[in-house]
Amino acid sequence: MIPAAFDYERPGTLADAVGLLQRHGDGAKLLAGGHSLLPMMKLRLAVPELLIDLSAIDGLTGVRDAGSQIAIGALTTHRDVHSSDVVANGCPMLAEAAGMIGDLQVRNRGTIGGSLAHAEPHADLPAVLVALEGEVEVEGPAGKRTIAASDLFVDYLTTAISADEIITEVRVPKLRRAAYVKFSRRMQDWAVVGVAAALDGGSARIAITGCGATPFRARAAEAAWTGSNAAEASALAADGLEPPGDTAASPDYRRHLARVLTGRALEAAAGR
Amino acid sequence: MAVAVDTTRGMGASALRKEDGELLTGQARFIDDIKLPGMAHMVVVRSPFAHATITGIDSTAARRLAGVSAVYTADDLEFAAGVPCASNPTGQVRQPERPPLAKGKVRHAGEPVAIVLAADRYVARDAADLVQVSYDVLPAVIGVDAALASGAPLVHDQYPDNVCVVIENVTDGVEEAFAAADVVVKQTLHNQRTIPGAIEPRGVVAHWIGSSDELMVHSSTQIPHFVRTFLAICCNVSEAKVRVIAPDVGGGFGGKLNCYAEEFIAAAASKQLGAPVKWIEERSESLVATIHGRAQDAHMEIAADGEGKILALRAHYIQDVGSYLQLLTPSIAHLTLFIAEGCYDIPQVDLKVTEVFTNTVPTDACRGAGRPEATHAIERTMDALAAEVGISREEVRRRNFVREFPHPTNTGITYDSGDYDKTLDRALEVSDPAGFEARRAEAKSRGRLLGRGLSTYVEICGLAPSAVTHAIGLTPGGWESATVRIHPTGKVTVITGTAPHGQGHATSWSQIIESELGIPFDDVEVIHGDTAFAPYGLGTYGSRSVAVGGTAIHKAAGRVRDKARQVAAHMMEASPDDLEFQDGAFRVKGSPDRSTGMGEVAFRAWQGFDLPEGVDPGLDETVFFDPPNFTFPFGCHICEAEVEPDTGRVEITRYVAVDDCGNVVNPAIVDGQVHGGVIHSVGQALYEGVIYDEDGQLLTSSFVDYLIPGAPDVPSVETYRTETPSPTNPLGVKGIGEAGTIAATAAIVGAVCDATGVRDIDMPLQPERVWRAMNEGGAA
Repeated sequence: MIPAAFDYERPGTLADAVGLLQRHGDGAKLLAGGHSLLPMMKLRLAVPELLIDLSAIDGLTGVRDAGSQIAIGALTTHRDVHSSDVVANGCPMLAEAAGMIGDLQVRNRGTIGGSLAHAEPHADLPAVLVALEGEVEVEGPAGKRTIAASDLFVDYLTTAISADEIITEVRVPKLRRAAYVKFSRRMQDWAVVGVAAALDGGSARIAITGCGATPFRARAAEAAWTGSNAAEASALAADGLEPPGDTAASPDYRRHLARVLTGRALEAAAGR
Repeated sequence: MAVAVDTTRGMGASALRKEDGELLTGQARFIDDIKLPGMAHMVVVRSPFAHATITGIDSTAARRLAGVSAVYTADDLEFAAGVPCASNPTGQVRQPERPPLAKGKVRHAGEPVAIVLAADRYVARDAADLVQVSYDVLPAVIGVDAALASGAPLVHDQYPDNVCVVIENVTDGVEEAFAAADVVVKQTLHNQRTIPGAIEPRGVVAHWIGSSDELMVHSSTQIPHFVRTFLAICCNVSEAKVRVIAPDVGGGFGGKLNCYAEEFIAAAASKQLGAPVKWIEERSESLVATIHGRAQDAHMEIAADGEGKILALRAHYIQDVGSYLQLLTPSIAHLTLFIAEGCYDIPQVDLKVTEVFTNTVPTDACRGAGRPEATHAIERTMDALAAEVGISREEVRRRNFVREFPHPTNTGITYDSGDYDKTLDRALEVSDPAGFEARRAEAKSRGRLLGRGLSTYVEICGLAPSAVTHAIGLTPGGWESATVRIHPTGKVTVITGTAPHGQGHATSWSQIIESELGIPFDDVEVIHGDTAFAPYGLGTYGSRSVAVGGTAIHKAAGRVRDKARQVAAHMMEASPDDLEFQDGAFRVKGSPDRSTGMGEVAFRAWQGFDLPEGVDPGLDETVFFDPPNFTFPFGCHICEAEVEPDTGRVEITRYVAVDDCGNVVNPAIVDGQVHGGVIHSVGQALYEGVIYDEDGQLLTSSFVDYLIPGAPDVPSVETYRTETPSPTNPLGVKGIGEAGTIAATAAIVGAVCDATGVRDIDMPLQPERVWRAMNEGGAA
């Protein structure tokens, strides 16, 4: 629980931060809330040479009503996402999921951009973003670009964001009929399984966390969804799902939870 | 919950705790706050393997790192003795030698192999990664079944069956009783391995003062005097030159009731290095460096007549002791055996404890220490008996309760006092059993299954009469010391041999003084935990502090009062027999205007002139109190829990605790102990469990995987009391620190089994386990 030595920079602008990333490459890590990174450093699972603290950079926090979308600054804390009226009214699933992350201390420090960039396989927000078909805006040496949620999560703790890019904003559609159902052993824990279901017109998008390296789209269940058949559709939620087994749950139980929670998420979303 | 604050703060008042101001404002001084000039920081290099031969240690690279003072292995530090075990219940316990740093072989993952000393902790930690240890890995023995299997690898080559000790207690007519029984129920209970999990990990600051050959050790411990004695033995230094100080200690739960390798290593390293040495246990490190608890299987059989009256109990316990014996390891399952019969009058017993070595962290006392295991085993088996006979779980208990006290058990101890019907009645009265079916129906309407469980327990605490500790193979006695000193200004210092680490002794001991001497609570200072100030004290564990340490204070205060009475009588030219003592002053009976306060007496005793014939100066008395018996708190806990059938998730919806710990010094503190104790066992029942893989790697290696419940995960606990004074001590007190932990698991598991209709489920009742139990044979 004692980290290795590292250097620390606190740039005042995004350009300076990008410049530091360019110079230090893979040896640098961005520090936002630090609630995933610092525990990994204490366990020496992460040994960055340089921490680039983003907290002095203006303009990366806050929630903005952007017409059909809601735009959220990357450094906005889970607490602020959870308590935002704009999010609660426009995209209640995101507000709900942000309120389920870790415990209050984690939500007070952890950020939406940090959580997505970290891409922990048991985290809540990746599945939520995938189900919503949201997107992130990143800035790098070549300027800004947008990455769709479906392209963002590549592998275990790995995203499509380049080593010299920084998430600046997260955008989700205004979509009320969506719900996230999380199953964890203790309140503060990662999801054993979490299911985000978004109903968009007549179709459903279902993303499952905790069952693999990246969020799993339950395509069979999505295809079966007719608008009111949660039990029938959710029975297919684990089709193609090959979850891991660990001290939290066996693969079988995770598949079972995927089905149960998908049913609940579909019903909750349909009720919104 | 609001706590009523009494204006007087003697025995029985819910006085606010004196300790809390410092603790709540961050002013308390814990081990990591101790900083000595020139101090080196120690990091321990530990074995990554459960069982291996050490073939070489290369510390060259570590030594070269800037800031590193030294790297020591077993070859560099001298010890006159190994890590001590002070328990030998049968005289036949196999006690393997355990050097503080491994010599030649390691026997559990986490065993200390080398240490690094550096000017700062970060450098020491970096250097630890550079120490190259070569191992030849040996097959590991994980779990008692594997250890007892024929041909199992040996944890210690000299013990060919991996058995540490067998303890038996068998009466003459067991076979006949089983043969004559109408009903026999069998049940096997697994009490899983847990950790104590104190919020403050352990830590040591050792300072060998070379100029005078003195050793000063700060340690986060429950037993500073034991640590002193064993430091003297292990490090070969005069005990008169060893001072051990336990500063504020952030919880123990038994995990600090031990003398650990790191304490001896830090002391020896300080001597070798010529500088103070500090070691602070890392949180993850604590999971492999501090003892574990429980890890006991119980194979239970009860023979009963057709009415459910017990004829005989057969209980065979298999205890996983881990790789070595810590201070009290062999005695923990022995405590299980002592209390195996629970609250019940059982004519015949066949009790057997088999303790087994495995390649895991040693087990030892963890809150309750043997009694939670015993209670879980007997109570769950009583539930099975009720089901078999077809009577209620309450009724089967009533048909077997002990009702005459003192009650000698078949295990050679004597329950001091009790009224088990009373606590059961009270628990039923407050928990509305009549409304249960309606609540169950309401839960069912929400898709939930509601169940109800109960546990009627008796525990053995107030350790202990020294004659008994000797008879059961414990090296130390079970007495406690206290000094009560009245200063010339009338203020009081109490020096206690107890070693509080969250229990509120400063508060409770001040209340005893206020009651005994009439000196206000606020005028009492309680000193503990420093062997330079205190007479030898045995420390705090086994719910002993109030029954033994509190009684010592009561007696020392009584001696002070007796002496003060003589001085006061002399001052007032009256006979001591004509004085009455009230509100801190002596008055001449019949002449209430003639009075002398305790402060005036103390001042005169300090001045020393004109004292009565034969009375020495000073008001300062020390008492060593050896209790004539243990105390036996008891009670009834009732739990209601809902199960979500499609996931197996358990939610405790109501928890009622009725405890009887005799007379109560501070009701708010007692309630707090019950809350904490119950929640400790909510952790064991629903969440916690140490898991090793078959190679002996700890899978629950952090608090992400070892699930100590947080505040949102636990129920509110309703506490109620009956008060049946103990005849064992003049205060009539028993002990409460472990009661909740001892009672709770059986009530919780019982509730879940009642809800699901499953006969038994192994703890922890994590959702998958409950779901599987409900769907056994079903599709997964």
